[in-house]
Amino acid sequence: MSLNMLVLVKQVPDTQNVTGEAMRPDGTVNRDALPAIFNPEDLNALEEALKIKDRLGGVVTAMSMGPPKAADVVKECLYRGADKGILVSDRGFAGSDTLATSYALTCAITRLSGFDLVFCGRQAIDGDTAQVGPQVAEKLGVNQLTCVADILDISRDRIVVKRQIENGYEKLAASLPVLLTVTSEANEPRSANAKRVMGFKRIVCCEDAEGTDCWPCEPIEHIKQWDIQAIAADAERCGFSGSATWVKKIDNVVLTARETKGIENSEPGISGLINELMEEHII
Amino acid sequence: MSNFFDDNPDIRFHLETMDLRRVVDLKEDGYAEKETFPFAPVDCADALENYEHVLRIVGEIAGEFVAPRARDVDREGARLENGRVSYARGTREALERLAQADLMGFTLPRKYGGINIPKTVYSMATEIVSRADAALMNLFGLQEIADTISKFGSEEQREKYLPRFCSGEASGAMALTEPDAGSDLQAVRLKAVQGEDGQWRLDGVKRFITNGCADISLVMARSEAGSSSGRGLSLFIYERDERMTIRRIENKLGIHGSPTCEMQFNQAPAELLGQRKMGLIKYTMSLMNGARLGVAAQAVGIAEAAYRAAAKYADERIQFKKPIRQFCAVSELLTDMKVEIEACRTLLYETSRIVDLKEGLEERQEKHPEHKKDLKADLKKYTRYASLLTPMIKARASESANSISYKALQIHGGVGYTKDFDVERFVRDARITNIYEGTTQLQVVAAIGGVMTGAAGEILDEYERDHDLGGVSELADRGRTLRARLEQAVDLVKAERDHVFQELHASRLVEMATDAVMAFLLCADSLQSERKQSVADVFLQGADLRTQANLAYIGSRKRTLLEDQEAILDDES
Repeated sequence: MSLNMLVLVKQVPDTQNVTGEAMRPDGTVNRDALPAIFNPEDLNALEEALKIKDRLGGVVTAMSMGPPKAADVVKECLYRGADKGILVSDRGFAGSDTLATSYALTCAITRLSGFDLVFCGRQAIDGDTAQVGPQVAEKLGVNQLTCVADILDISRDRIVVKRQIENGYEKLAASLPVLLTVTSEANEPRSANAKRVMGFKRIVCCEDAEGTDCWPCEPIEHIKQWDIQAIAADAERCGFSGSATWVKKIDNVVLTARETKGIENSEPGISGLINELMEEHII
Repeated sequence: MSNFFDDNPDIRFHLETMDLRRVVDLKEDGYAEKETFPFAPVDCADALENYEHVLRIVGEIAGEFVAPRARDVDREGARLENGRVSYARGTREALERLAQADLMGFTLPRKYGGINIPKTVYSMATEIVSRADAALMNLFGLQEIADTISKFGSEEQREKYLPRFCSGEASGAMALTEPDAGSDLQAVRLKAVQGEDGQWRLDGVKRFITNGCADISLVMARSEAGSSSGRGLSLFIYERDERMTIRRIENKLGIHGSPTCEMQFNQAPAELLGQRKMGLIKYTMSLMNGARLGVAAQAVGIAEAAYRAAAKYADERIQFKKPIRQFCAVSELLTDMKVEIEACRTLLYETSRIVDLKEGLEERQEKHPEHKKDLKADLKKYTRYASLLTPMIKARASESANSISYKALQIHGGVGYTKDFDVERFVRDARITNIYEGTTQLQVVAAIGGVMTGAAGEILDEYERDHDLGGVSELADRGRTLRARLEQAVDLVKAERDHVFQELHASRLVEMATDAVMAFLLCADSLQSERKQSVADVFLQGADLRTQANLAYIGSRKRTLLEDQEAILDDES
């Protein structure tokens, strides 16, 4: 059994380690002030794909949409075991919301000659929308399994997963092809492989205007870079013009720690705390 | 994200400033493999870049994966149940992860699945792993076993065993020690008998064998019946089967993650490695020297972990309304710890570099016999240096790991004595480093010959030639004073013409030589970094006092200790 697997990955600002001024006065993110990292749950998604490849064989292609620098996360996928890399990049994608992003990604995915599985992280730590994966599945017209915490079984045409829901899990089965969004609970992603890092450290993007098929698995020399033309997308549906939402205003919220308050570990102490939280409409 | 390479400026300093050109050239032999292996370097700069990448992976695995599991590994330990040894869960997972990253064939040739990286970088990796979990080093650091097969085995043996080590499928052990043959390996009794069918079979007991449960062990055995010396011993490759049983594993003070086994061989089939009778004198000495370097790296790693724990605690612990680091008594301890770690590290990497040169030249001679003559003098020189520096750094780093972890616990005060903090583990783990692979006392025996015949002086002459120490002339002069005292002490001992007198002062002479070599290395480091000048300054201050005291004692020519010891020890009389 050899499966064609695609992993969608995103480069995001490291919101855990904010340095300098994170937001510009105009309300956009100042990417220079934030180190760019691999969106954490996308690493979990990649790991699930690589685990299936280790067990059953197959080809794993990593795809990212973003500025040229986003090639770094595609490269990181190669370091960890992906067979191919594609960067979907065009100035025309700037300002994309989830609608425009999922449209562009769908156009790119349809350049591939079919797939069995598409893996995404549940959500990116910058926008926290968790919408792109499901929207891509809708546009591709395939099944989707979101918030996957474990893959319990997989065969040529069927997959069974454990899905994280509020207060528990549910077990779901779906036929392939399918798109999965994966949570951090699913695994602890593997490290980069020494041989692959040494071998791929100089790999660069190479524009591929044709948007040629990417499945065959010969040794790769480049990360393919596809622009709007290569993925045969309608420029009107990309970037700002293709977005249904715009950021009107962003407020800087400065979280300040106030003085701590000791609560006595007793019946009255705890009920006092609960009452206070209710009064503040926190619970 | 915690990365034990990226967060360690001193390791990065050495990787960036060391002159590894010849090491790399020898290891890569014309960069011929760049056509065959996509990950092979195309030139020296490319190779150095590879080393950095690989260390970053090791650093990430150590920081993110190994270190968070180390406390559980220590508590759970390795276990023996129904004759089967199982590692602690964290150990198993860490080994899987290291294998998945292709780090288990670190120094081995690419054609067997290795990544062909020099020992110098392997020492850095070993140190990084040991900082995260000293016990894991005993498994990660066992790559020397595969290396020994690579160096001395037949091509058939290399093809049979090495790929399995590289993939992580097989683990290794070196089975040397026996109940009555510890420091004195010439007394090994385990029998190897060759049957009429040509098959060798092993009979007897090995004790204190790290990872004796391994898939593939190198076993030293008496192949020459009736012999009693080291020349009757050969080395065998034994693949685990039902003819060897693990009788027990030791209940140890530290390194709980590493199983220490007693192995009973019962007509167990084995293959001869290399030539008969060369087991101890050639192969085991090579194996042990590699392992000693590994233990030195382990010691530096533990010391680094202990120092960091202490530094963090000293910042966080408030007493008398200020962090205790602000008290001189604490900051002095921290400074001494840090200086000694950096002194050990510079000597560790320098020793590794010399070993790389020695082994690289040996390999070059084997591959290109036409160059044998040209390489002979250099090989002789680096062999001489390696046999001095290896025991020297093993002795110094392991003793220092003990004193540094002791100080780290002291800084923690009462909580350091509890299992709530990691520092008690560092103290326990450090304690084995100056015992196994030869006690410190045996390292002194191994190093004293080189000290008495002036090998340390030759090394220092070379540093004087290779570096223009004019930029740090004040420091260099203080280093030269240490050297002068060492030479004076050696002359004094020689003049006594008394073997017992030399034995009495051997540890002091080796310490003086170690201080002198470290001082010069720190001076050379100081040419590259202003901060290192401060490190060298403080180091020299301590070394100055030590060498003065050592010289005064040797110079007194007193034999008081020898003369009075009987009376003192026999308090019944």
